[in-house]
Amino acid sequence: MNQTKANPWRRRFHELGSPPSVYALAGRLAPWLAGICLLLFAGGLTGGLFLAPTDYQQGESYRIIYIHVPAAWLSMFVYAVMAISSAIHLIWRMKLADIVARASAPIGAVYTFLALVTGSLWGKPMWGTWWVWDARLTSELILLFLYLGYMALVSAFDDRRTASRAGAILAVVGVINLPIIHFSVEWWNTLHQGPTVTKFDQPSIAVSMLVPLLMMALAFQFHYGWALLARIRSEILESERRTAWVSDLVGHRS
Amino acid sequence: MTPRRRQRLVLVSLLVVGVGIAASLALMALQENINLFFSPSQVRSGEAPVGTPFRLGGMVVDGSVERGDQSLDIRFDLTDTAQSVTVVFSGILPDLFREGQGIVAQGSVDDSGLFTATQVLAKHDETYMPPEVADALEKAKAMGVQ
Repeated sequence: MNQTKANPWRRRFHELGSPPSVYALAGRLAPWLAGICLLLFAGGLTGGLFLAPTDYQQGESYRIIYIHVPAAWLSMFVYAVMAISSAIHLIWRMKLADIVARASAPIGAVYTFLALVTGSLWGKPMWGTWWVWDARLTSELILLFLYLGYMALVSAFDDRRTASRAGAILAVVGVINLPIIHFSVEWWNTLHQGPTVTKFDQPSIAVSMLVPLLMMALAFQFHYGWALLARIRSEILESERRTAWVSDLVGHRS
Repeated sequence: MTPRRRQRLVLVSLLVVGVGIAASLALMALQENINLFFSPSQVRSGEAPVGTPFRLGGMVVDGSVERGDQSLDIRFDLTDTAQSVTVVFSGILPDLFREGQGIVAQGSVDDSGLFTATQVLAKHDETYMPPEVADALEKAKAMGVQ
């Protein structure tokens, strides 16, 4: 009897390397994540848009943070996931890691775009300008270009393996941008304000405003999980399209 | 871990460390240019260019704002608590412009040290609270002073 059969956890882990079982697992998990995500969205938006008080300086306009801040956090979180799975793919050649990175890129790009657009819409009435080339805004824009560059690069090669490795190297190199984005407001003079929630002493936001914000952040996390699983499934079908199990699966439907 | 994988792990780590060092050197070299604005102290000590446009950032000094009667002209002092610079501007101010608030002005300084702004942007801080709390804090502060 070999060790794979003796230890159920070890078997589970090895299943993660097998596309059909990941495909099935992702399909089973997705509805749960979707449900939790929608509940959190409903709670967070109600709390943020209706229950939370107005701000003493910005009035109602500050409510953009319930979209802007979670989107910006997630834009960085998704990039971190992409870079780590790219590193795992480069070192251990794990197929699933590559699929996670490929599936994450467009989702992260959407969050980045959302953070930039909502920030810009808020910037016009509050700051007096749509855009300013300060360190925070510029580094976030570079993050968007990293996502787009990654997506362009992995689709530029005919050979999927070469594409994955080239993309993975770009993703790993680009991880340098994450600390720059986070600390930009502390290292340099910027128009963008400093951190509110993620600083070491107490967050400088009222609790009644903070709770919906954290709910929205969780909602975005679950949305990422949900979208990621859906995209992983289509990435698996794409990369395994010549295998018997995929033609069986598709054969049932056509 | 097989030797092949160990080798790739070392390569990937070297790549990240190498790019990290290169990026920090580049950013340190560009330190001054990445700053969005100069502070009033920098202007006073002559670090800011005279005659060419740059951005000046600071807090609007309480009670220093003077508005023109028939025009959009406005005159106020900007401070970084150590030094201050007088700014003149003609145009529409952002919502968040008020005394005690941080702003960033684009413009240039003349020989007499007067800063003529062509654009004024409001920089708001990272504090979010309901108006009642702000009032209560204000009152508590006033009580503390007495």
